[in-house]
Amino acid sequence: MGMKFRSGGFLTTVQDAGRTGYQQFGVPVSGAMDPRSFVLGNLLVGNDEGEASLEITLMGPMVEFTAANVVALTGADLSATLNGVPMPRYRAVLVKPGDLLAFGMQKSGCRAYLAAAGGFDIEPVMGSRSTYLKAKIGGLQGRKLGKDDFLGFRAPAATLPNLDLRAVDPEDFSASERVLRVVLGPQDDAFTEDGRKTFLSGTYTVTNQSDRMGSRLEGPVVEHVKDGNIISDGISFGAVQIPSEGKPIIMLADRQTTGGYTKIANVITVDLPRITQSKPGDIIRFEAVSIEEAQELYLAQRTRFEELRRSFEEKRGDARAPVAPGIALAALGLSGGEERVFHVELDGHDYRCVVREIKS
Amino acid sequence: MRDVRFLLTGDTSVTVEFGNEISGGINAAIRAFNIALSKSGIDGIVETVPTYRSLMVHYRPEKIRHAELCEMMRGLLGKLDDIEIPPAEVVEIPVLYGGEEGPDLAFVAEHNGKTEDEVVKIHTGTEYLIYMLGFTPGFPYLGGMDDSIAAPRLKSPRVRIPGGSVGIAGTQTGVYPIDSPGGWQLIGRTPLKLYDPGRERPILLEAGQYIKFRAVDREEYEAIGREVEQGTCRLHTYAKEG
Repeated sequence: MGMKFRSGGFLTTVQDAGRTGYQQFGVPVSGAMDPRSFVLGNLLVGNDEGEASLEITLMGPMVEFTAANVVALTGADLSATLNGVPMPRYRAVLVKPGDLLAFGMQKSGCRAYLAAAGGFDIEPVMGSRSTYLKAKIGGLQGRKLGKDDFLGFRAPAATLPNLDLRAVDPEDFSASERVLRVVLGPQDDAFTEDGRKTFLSGTYTVTNQSDRMGSRLEGPVVEHVKDGNIISDGISFGAVQIPSEGKPIIMLADRQTTGGYTKIANVITVDLPRITQSKPGDIIRFEAVSIEEAQELYLAQRTRFEELRRSFEEKRGDARAPVAPGIALAALGLSGGEERVFHVELDGHDYRCVVREIKS
Repeated sequence: MRDVRFLLTGDTSVTVEFGNEISGGINAAIRAFNIALSKSGIDGIVETVPTYRSLMVHYRPEKIRHAELCEMMRGLLGKLDDIEIPPAEVVEIPVLYGGEEGPDLAFVAEHNGKTEDEVVKIHTGTEYLIYMLGFTPGFPYLGGMDDSIAAPRLKSPRVRIPGGSVGIAGTQTGVYPIDSPGGWQLIGRTPLKLYDPGRERPILLEAGQYIKFRAVDREEYEAIGREVEQGTCRLHTYAKEG
């Protein structure tokens, strides 16, 4: 039992932390484009942080749940609703059979992640469930999800400890101008001093030639010493490749493992969501940081993940998760207004009361 | 160890560069270093990606930081002796040259002041060492192409190139295993599938083998294509002499 798709949306695929270990055979890593939203989703539903979830792009699918489970929606705000009621983002939600998940207008960001406790019932290919569309591997038959597809749950959870506490502040993706911090290299010496200055001071626009493989930018030409060709070498997630024409292309999750164009810099791990959640027309600026600073930021993010996992797993008395209020209201044909939470102590017992104004 | 450089490729990988040319010597050093690294047991290394002139090392900064990893790798660079080289096998790749399948053959010929037939004769006259696989699943990067048929990459990559296309970029030649974007000059196409996820061995070629291209006419190209579709196509291989 799992999820039945009434429609697939624009581009909905199964993605995990990526297909590592096969780059030496030329198999791209793939995996979640926004690694932070992806990991947070898994932490919220108690999964291993690399468990496969759904990557939902711009226009979401319409999905009917055929089994109860705990799910969480992170990443872009694509106006998700559960049974017609706005579904909270960055919060574990209990769903039951017959519940209907739908999406509306893209509000901010590009890619949302739907994590389901226990993951999906699909076979890994080369150690990963990530969909790599070009080679038609991973996910559901190596393709995006569409009408009448079914995705089974592998080990669904009726509930989770501290369900009502499993929430984090949603990340804000509404900015249309972003600074991407980069570590210079590996071929920053293939550019002139002026070229490097242009790159770090110029304003670039995300073009519509942007997909899971890479994002082409429009903006001032970055000058090479000679040209943009090198003897092919390896490419990291976030590599800023600049071919001879001088316009940057940021290499993303489905990037090829190796390539023959100069790479001036690499977007640091914690800033990857700033490019993968951007849309055509958004403005990008680059700022150089040291490898030490980049790794400090990386480690701070790791620490935050670990702390969240601990806080979700810690025993907090017997705080029982209420059925997600929105669902109960919807069942009554009502929609919920603003939600307030109270902690009440009665006879030594701690109660958490969720109060929501009802609009009929 | 010569002039090995550690190049920054972001905060979760580092590229160890052994040189800036395509040479058997550099490739052998990279292979040796890759084996030494895998035996070193350094904690935190996720995977390594050998290329013509460098080894990209992916790692977890929560296990090992950049400076510490580079220091340990510097130590390993002195121990690159006695690495076994696997016996070489030559794999024959049938190719239909020119026409719709090789739209840039005319450019490559003109660029080098040759006829198309001369380019084909030179291209099929060599056994090419597979230095590495990369770019897309199973894409073989080959060494040993004759400089007299070299041609520059396209200034801007094509958005879509059909799987099986055989191309030239600079002094490199290769075959696209699947449909993909790319900037190589296309001179022909093979009916073989270098990559097929439904096959027992998804990737046809491996590093250390050699490739020999063989020119075929359209009739044979189509016949082999049908065998590939039916799963009855057998690879022609022979042992490399010398």
